[in-house]
Amino acid sequence: MNKMGDRTILNVEKVSKRFGGVVAVDGVSLHLQEGELLGVIGPNGSGKTTLVNLVTGFVKADSGRVVYKGKNITGKMPYKISALGIARTFQMVKPFYQLPAFKNLIIPLYSTRVRKLRGGKYGDRDTVAIDLLEEVGFERDSFVPYKMASSLPHGYLKRLELARCLTLRPDLLILDELFSGMSMSEVASTLPIIERLNGEGLSIIMVEHRLRELFRVAHRIIALNFGRKIAEGSPREVTESDAVKAAYLGSEAEE
Amino acid sequence: MVRYRKERLDRGIKVRCEDIFALSSYRETLYLLLPRALPVVALLILPMLKGVVGLYWEKVLIITCAIALLAISWDLLASVGLVSLGQALFFGAGAYLAGFFNRSFGWPPFLTIPFATLGGALCCTLLLLPVLRLRGVYFAIVTLILPLLLARVIEATKILGGTEGMSALSPLPNIWFELYVPVIALLVCLFGFRRLINEDYGLVLQGIRDNDRAVMSGAINIYRFKAQAVFMAAAAGAFAGAFMTHYYQFVGMPAFALDYSILPLTCAVLGGVGSFAGPVIGAFILVPLSELLRAFGTLRVVFYSAILIICVVGLPEGVFHYISRKYHQFERVVKIE
Repeated sequence: MNKMGDRTILNVEKVSKRFGGVVAVDGVSLHLQEGELLGVIGPNGSGKTTLVNLVTGFVKADSGRVVYKGKNITGKMPYKISALGIARTFQMVKPFYQLPAFKNLIIPLYSTRVRKLRGGKYGDRDTVAIDLLEEVGFERDSFVPYKMASSLPHGYLKRLELARCLTLRPDLLILDELFSGMSMSEVASTLPIIERLNGEGLSIIMVEHRLRELFRVAHRIIALNFGRKIAEGSPREVTESDAVKAAYLGSEAEE
Repeated sequence: MVRYRKERLDRGIKVRCEDIFALSSYRETLYLLLPRALPVVALLILPMLKGVVGLYWEKVLIITCAIALLAISWDLLASVGLVSLGQALFFGAGAYLAGFFNRSFGWPPFLTIPFATLGGALCCTLLLLPVLRLRGVYFAIVTLILPLLLARVIEATKILGGTEGMSALSPLPNIWFELYVPVIALLVCLFGFRRLINEDYGLVLQGIRDNDRAVMSGAINIYRFKAQAVFMAAAAGAFAGAFMTHYYQFVGMPAFALDYSILPLTCAVLGGVGSFAGPVIGAFILVPLSELLRAFGTLRVVFYSAILIICVVGLPEGVFHYISRKYHQFERVVKIE
């Protein structure tokens, strides 16, 4: 149980996941304080997305525990985990292409979690959706929120994905490579949104390849390689760690 | 060389404020109303023509309505991403339950039909509950097999009349009842489902079809929504089955026949998937067509299949989508500079 004063929101204890012969995640532990922004880095195939999938329930762990707000959520169904307040973006954006952008948000708005948070009132979901889209940088008075998702540029789709998460009013936000495929200017306009959300007290885990942007906002970084945690600490400590240098530069140095 | 190309312009009503359309003339009202009123009026008038076209074609109308209901039920499942090959399961469940209620408890048709509709839908939902996790072709295979399996169960265990079926069941009160009940049920399902799929609830259903993982990460229990959709689809199918049981005053193993699975699917594909109107149009083309072709004897199936292939190759989007595109767009040929 959560002790008083202990403000840990997420505690991952030695989770492992094996796909056939490949150990995707190997005994990784991490913890996250309320309001903290944790960065997860690592080369391709180091198990970052699998780690996200383990926490959000899309993949069942072989061993280990995931404790969220003092509650064991290991092996729960994804919709139950997100109903508890963990929202995630997907690395591969897959919006509902045949719907206008704002209608994409109707779906999470329909969930029991959001209905409870809004006091059981149905209200006008379309208005709420437009407000949320404005929050992630869809120009309110333009046509953009009303455009079909299929006709939006990639950067907008990524931000739509972010808005879909915010719809749930999450307590923990997990961003799985939100910046991948975004242009420099799109990143520059999205980063302040994340800083603001974190500033408002939202706990965030960011899986990211854009290290410079990540290091600007993250409080703490963990680095993965071959499914194992190889470094943890402030951005500066992690970049100076030999293991991380070896993992990124591919030198023969031992772990 | 002068080249031409076809230009398409939307004919839609342009003034749009929030969710209401501002209509400025009778012409615009008519433009919106006509395609909706036409099938309603046509379907309500058709039964009155029984003196003109004869009882045989009225029977065709009833069968067409039953198949159209099954096709709509297929389309509803398809809009949740569940591709079904087993509409016969719904039809058979409704048909057998109606027969069972009528024979065992002596209930009249106006009791057996609603109870068989709800009971059949409930049974089918429970049967399909474990396989709602399956997607695509795996779900299709299970639904294809279930009605065939139930038919063999009835044959082997000799329950519910076994191979003989149950005959001499209560007839429907009169010819008007026979004609109008399926027509009205079809209209209710058609417009009801069309409305449902455009509500927020329907958006969730469509979301599950397009990307179930994103819906799940939106804190929505997709299996509950899928089960609800199966229940509604099964209710439409079971109603058709229950009605036909009393219409034929007989229910037997043919209620689970493959025809009731395949024909609705063909209707939906021919008419246009995803609109509910498409499958109805498909049914109103295919069922009467197959009756017209009876004159050809054995060659009937050949002509029928040939027409079907031509339609599917020529209009892969479906008849309904083709018509609605033509209705909503101007087309003109313009010279390419």
